[in-house]
Amino acid sequence: MTEPPASLTAPHHLAYTYKRSLGPVLGAFFNGLRERRILGVRRANGGVLVPPKEYDPESGESIDEMVEVSDEGTVASWAWVNAPRAHQPLDRPFAYALILLDGAETPLLHIIDAPNESDIKTGMRVRARWADETSGSILDIACFEADDGSKPQPKPAAKADGGDPIEILRIPVELDYTYSAGQSASRLLRGLAEGRLIGQRCPVDGKVYFPSRGSCAKHAVPLSGDPVELTDRGTLVTFSINRVPSENIKLELPYAAIQVVLDGADTTFFHVLGECNIEDVRMGMRVQAVWKPREEWDQSVGNILYFKPLDEADADFDSYKEHI
Amino acid sequence: MAERCGVVGIGQTNYEASRVDLSMAGILREAAQRALDDAELTWKDIDAVVIGKAPDMFEGVMMPELFLADAVGGAYKPMLRVHTAGSVGGSTGIVGASLVQSGVHDRVLAVAFEKQSESNAMWALTVSMPFSVAVVAGAGGFFAPLIRGYMRRSGAPEDTGIRVALKDRLNALKNPYAHVKMEDVSFELISDSPMLWDPVRYLETCPSSDGACAMIFANEKLASKAPTRPAWVHATEMRSEPTAFSGRDQVMPQATLDNAAALYKKAGITNPRQELDCAEIYVPFSWFEPMWLEGMRITDINEGWKMTYEGATALDGDFPINMSGGVLSSNPIGASGLIRFAESALQVRGQAGDHQVDGAKKALGHAYGGGSQYFSTWIVGSEKP
Amino acid sequence: MRDVAVVGFTQSKVSRREFDRNETEILMPVIQELKKEMNLENTDIDFICSGSSDYLAGQSFAFVAGLDAVGAWPPVSESHVEMDGAWALYEAWVKMQMGYADISLVYGFGKPSMGDLPHTMALQLDPYAVMPLWPDAVSMAALQARLCLDGNVFDERAMADVAVRDRSHAKNNPFAQVSGDFEADALLAEPYLVSPLRKHDCSPISDGASAIILVAGDRVGEFCDRPAWIRGFEHIVEPQDLGARDLTQSRSTAIAGEKAGVGKDKVDVAEIYAPFSHQSILVERALGVGPETTLNPSGGALAGNPIMATGLSRIGEAAAQVWNGTADRAVAHATSGPCLQQNLVCVLEGN
Repeated sequence: MTEPPASLTAPHHLAYTYKRSLGPVLGAFFNGLRERRILGVRRANGGVLVPPKEYDPESGESIDEMVEVSDEGTVASWAWVNAPRAHQPLDRPFAYALILLDGAETPLLHIIDAPNESDIKTGMRVRARWADETSGSILDIACFEADDGSKPQPKPAAKADGGDPIEILRIPVELDYTYSAGQSASRLLRGLAEGRLIGQRCPVDGKVYFPSRGSCAKHAVPLSGDPVELTDRGTLVTFSINRVPSENIKLELPYAAIQVVLDGADTTFFHVLGECNIEDVRMGMRVQAVWKPREEWDQSVGNILYFKPLDEADADFDSYKEHI
Repeated sequence: MAERCGVVGIGQTNYEASRVDLSMAGILREAAQRALDDAELTWKDIDAVVIGKAPDMFEGVMMPELFLADAVGGAYKPMLRVHTAGSVGGSTGIVGASLVQSGVHDRVLAVAFEKQSESNAMWALTVSMPFSVAVVAGAGGFFAPLIRGYMRRSGAPEDTGIRVALKDRLNALKNPYAHVKMEDVSFELISDSPMLWDPVRYLETCPSSDGACAMIFANEKLASKAPTRPAWVHATEMRSEPTAFSGRDQVMPQATLDNAAALYKKAGITNPRQELDCAEIYVPFSWFEPMWLEGMRITDINEGWKMTYEGATALDGDFPINMSGGVLSSNPIGASGLIRFAESALQVRGQAGDHQVDGAKKALGHAYGGGSQYFSTWIVGSEKP
Repeated sequence: MRDVAVVGFTQSKVSRREFDRNETEILMPVIQELKKEMNLENTDIDFICSGSSDYLAGQSFAFVAGLDAVGAWPPVSESHVEMDGAWALYEAWVKMQMGYADISLVYGFGKPSMGDLPHTMALQLDPYAVMPLWPDAVSMAALQARLCLDGNVFDERAMADVAVRDRSHAKNNPFAQVSGDFEADALLAEPYLVSPLRKHDCSPISDGASAIILVAGDRVGEFCDRPAWIRGFEHIVEPQDLGARDLTQSRSTAIAGEKAGVGKDKVDVAEIYAPFSHQSILVERALGVGPETTLNPSGGALAGNPIMATGLSRIGEAAAQVWNGTADRAVAHATSGPCLQQNLVCVLEGN
């Protein structure tokens, strides 16, 4: 028996810029940063929490008395990052650090820009280096740096009129994955790259799955049976006409999103119907795949551009009703 | 064997498209503080916290309950995070109640939330993955074909969904927390609203809301001393089945039917239509009212639309559904199920204000999620079980 | 409280990258093997609970793939926590306490190899003032380790000794990913990864799954000659903000351990979920386990860390020590969140 070929992989980039509404306490903190001031909040015990929260972390009671603290402080702990990862604040070695700002009870997590690891010591004095442009972000503090006793660079002047209060932060979140389809599903995808539609049979009840992720969810078994070659014809079992734009979908609106069962298969999948007036889409229509030009085929159900109506009588409801 | 458990505090935020005035902690705290106030309790009185919400990608925080634990008084207490897709709000209530019913804790705070304005639900629900084609646009894109299947099977009149939406939107006018309130709503307004996912119209669709809902559960001893009459938990039940397999009935999944049967058995109910006074059912698209009336065995298969059509499910009908305006009127997804549970409890406590069903003694709370595959339900009563 | 016992445990071979299998395919044989070993069908199981995280795969509803591995037909009574499977086991235990279930299946699974896990974990942090700095999980742990080193709570050699011990123990664990004989001196001669942490201080990145069967009351005898009875069970969360807590101890572990009754009697074995070597020391001290306790006979998380299953596996490994008679009393620990933010303690006894 030959070793089955390895699983197919593809990059998966997950990216979204979140809109984070702040409320009064966080709002004060980020508006303060824009003005190059660091605000904490006073706890019931008198200590000042930086960054602030709208509640006491131990008791849960609401707190809201904002207190300005210094932009200078002492390093409580640090971690030297020799090889920064993507998106981290600096692309050269730096330290994450817990910095106890003068006037604060709790340390702030931020970064220290220093030439070498040996330049950082626990207990050393540091001061904020403010970004040239501030916008209301934790990165308005570009970093902390050693306070060698020299006169600090004058702060870049904060805008006299800072603009409207910041209510929302825009925070990009980007993650990169290498998605692997799994060996069993890869067989199906490789078939698609050759224009073949390969169904897989459940060893328990013999039902033919197309497409599949490699297993039968009803019986919790791998679809281990011999592959079943399917035609690209089938029956439209149900549908909707989509008129809603979506960030994930590149189709022109409106379009018919259809559930299709291929002839010889026992499961449905979603695809699109083309070459058909929206008003004429019906349950039970017989349909056939329209493929991309062969040179554009890859390992994806997307090789089928859409399904089109066949010039055949509609299937009887009883013949496909078990698939809805 | 289970301890009796009562709902002694209920809190809801005002639901809006964007609660720009609140952080994530703030939205949880608005609901939780209102629940504490209702129960006349403080954070100290809570033994454990259960947090529920739908997928983490909505807010872009991985397991956000970790950074939010202390915002709901959870510091140095047990904290659980539940996630069972759209049914999660219901499941959160069930887990909260179970912590009391088991005798493990005396008083538990359950809070569920979604801050949907942080991202876009259609994006987060149907993130494009490699090797596939993106065709399904959000939950509506997934459920509309199933609704079409129900229409075909049941032969329900085409305006059934419009009637559901009209009823729920009128009910929402009586609910101070509801997100979508349309003073001028009418049959024509709904029927003329654009088709989004044909056969689902815009005004037959749930909104995307920010909001949170909180409930405090107490054991029999403590609940009996509560300042407001508690809602007693009579039974809870959950059922799940896979999203897709050959021959799966997507319109009327076995899981809902099994869930309903098990729930009624535990609650000692033989005729739900007679014995329940009202229900809050998870209806994100109008047609799911008749579908889940059948799925909850309140009426026969393919007959649910008749209850809607005859007005039985109206606030003054014989079996009111979604007195609060339902998911169609407020939909912070992760909280929507717990809101159903909370609204059912408000009814049997006699606290539902303008949308109170007179003399409601037993009510059903219901949530579902995934591809119509996860079901969480409970029955609460004004009397001890 | 009702008597509930851990009677069955299976796991996948933990590996750096499950290249050819998706999550369902990793989990399915684990569950199948467990059901077969226990001679159980789904219809015998009253409640199922699982733990997983969407961000490991970068896709919403990761747990749906888990359900596909169960064969949930006819439909099952089932719930899910977006937490390590150890907390799923806690939820199942609660359901058994209330009499809802006599037999429960619990599983956890994770396939973090598809992403950059330390980077992904930054998404667990305060999304306003911390996450935008993208502190990776190793850097966060390193901040904690330095506080301990500066405070003379322990030294780097003690941390290396944890790695030596766990990797050595892992030689007897056929499911482990990292194992072997190492010298502390040699490990300490290695460069820092993120100072003060070296590679040996960090758990590996691992794909894997595990599953457990719990049985309550009279029926336990049908499954196991020497069941591992759950005699104490508690979990506690701390505020996340690193500034708001003393990172040189694990207060939440200490509270959970106390409430679970760890100190009531001698502890023969402790299985600790410490993703970093120094955290193992903090947890050992918080639990109050001493020289009479064998720590991490499986090798612990430093030998393999299939996140979302690792904590559940600690309970399984501790139970296995009771089943085979090595331990009369074993403690399992699980953690979640940055710098030991949330901790669970489960006490298992043979009698």
